[in-house]
Amino acid sequence: MADHDHDHDGSHDHGSELSEMQLRVRALETVLTEKGYVDPAALDVIIETYETKIGPRNGAQVVAKAWTDPAFKQRLLADASAAVGSLGHESRVGDHLIAVENTEQVHNMIVCTLCSCYPWEVLGLPPVWYKSAPYRSRAVKDPRGVLADFGVRLADDVEIRVWDSTAETRYLVVPMRPAGTDGWSEERLAQLVTRDSMIGTALAARPRDSAP
Amino acid sequence: MNGVHDMGGMDGFGKVEPEANEPVFHAPWEARVLAMNRAMGATGAWNIDMSRFSREALAPAVYLASSYYRKWFLGLEQMLLERGLVDADEIAAGHALRSGKHLKRKLTLADIGRVLTRGSFGRPASAPPRFNVGDRVRARNINPPTHTRLPRYTRGHVGRVERVHGCHVFPDTAAVGQGEHPQWLYTVCFEAHELWGDDADPKVKVSIEAFEPYLEPVVT
Repeated sequence: MADHDHDHDGSHDHGSELSEMQLRVRALETVLTEKGYVDPAALDVIIETYETKIGPRNGAQVVAKAWTDPAFKQRLLADASAAVGSLGHESRVGDHLIAVENTEQVHNMIVCTLCSCYPWEVLGLPPVWYKSAPYRSRAVKDPRGVLADFGVRLADDVEIRVWDSTAETRYLVVPMRPAGTDGWSEERLAQLVTRDSMIGTALAARPRDSAP
Repeated sequence: MNGVHDMGGMDGFGKVEPEANEPVFHAPWEARVLAMNRAMGATGAWNIDMSRFSREALAPAVYLASSYYRKWFLGLEQMLLERGLVDADEIAAGHALRSGKHLKRKLTLADIGRVLTRGSFGRPASAPPRFNVGDRVRARNINPPTHTRLPRYTRGHVGRVERVHGCHVFPDTAAVGQGEHPQWLYTVCFEAHELWGDDADPKVKVSIEAFEPYLEPVVT
């Protein structure tokens, strides 16, 4: 799965889809621009923002802060939109963001079986696997099997709680803080908070995993 | 609609295959499609539920064989054509052949922030909630041919109300241009065995966000 044509179009025909799509997309953008509906410069800014400013680092900062600041964690779990909004990220958080906390007893996992709803403001754009049929179909029926695909094995007595994002609420998982990180700064802790750990398909990285 | 987009619980799609160091976009056109969708969405020509419905309404074989951004592109094209904002001959020509129609708003550089902040879907309540936290509720057996956010795998099953989120825009009516009709929104949690039978993992629970019309009380 490393470097083959990752099959996100399902057709094994990536090359021809690319050229067909490049042409069709360019044509449509030209039409929309000439009709005065869109400004290509505005499109550029939207793209640049998602490429460079909004991504899982935003969420990782939120989690690291929750790990080190109990009052913030309380606010985050009570009203994530308000708590994250107070941090002043580039991506201004919208309403209806909800944070759920992993514990020794409960592991949370987020999916959208109907489309691909995802907390863009704190995690950026979703990865292809999150939007794929295998994940959307299996996450609600066989979450332990999905975790195994990610190399994650939880004890059998840990409850798995799957949240299917079927409305405009958006979920962020607060993973458990790894052992061996006492006294770490927020910045250092944030390095351990992977995107997948905030979706619930991974645990936060252990200190030695992230060593340079 | 009972479409292939409603994937929860389906078998046969294979393993989840995460891609190491995945780029934000896999081709430049994907980025343009995302941006065009955001920009056109900001004009008020349609709402987010109409946009989801446009992708669900793609032919099943097309839906399953298309990447995420290809679905977004096809849905966008369809919505533009349906509203007469763009004509088929213009798409074929790759140029505007007629002047544009009037749009409520246009996304300019100055208000990019507006599209980068998600909209708010909460609305004032016109009645108290029918259900409370802890109530047992059954997901109704509804099968509308149009857009709904009640996944098939929950219909007819009993869960428990866990959170009450206030009143939100009702996607089922908003998607077909019948207005927002705000409804109470709940997190309803189901035991895996209730959804998947006795062989299900006893330590798995699944919740959905359910609008009040999706639910009926369970009298115990």
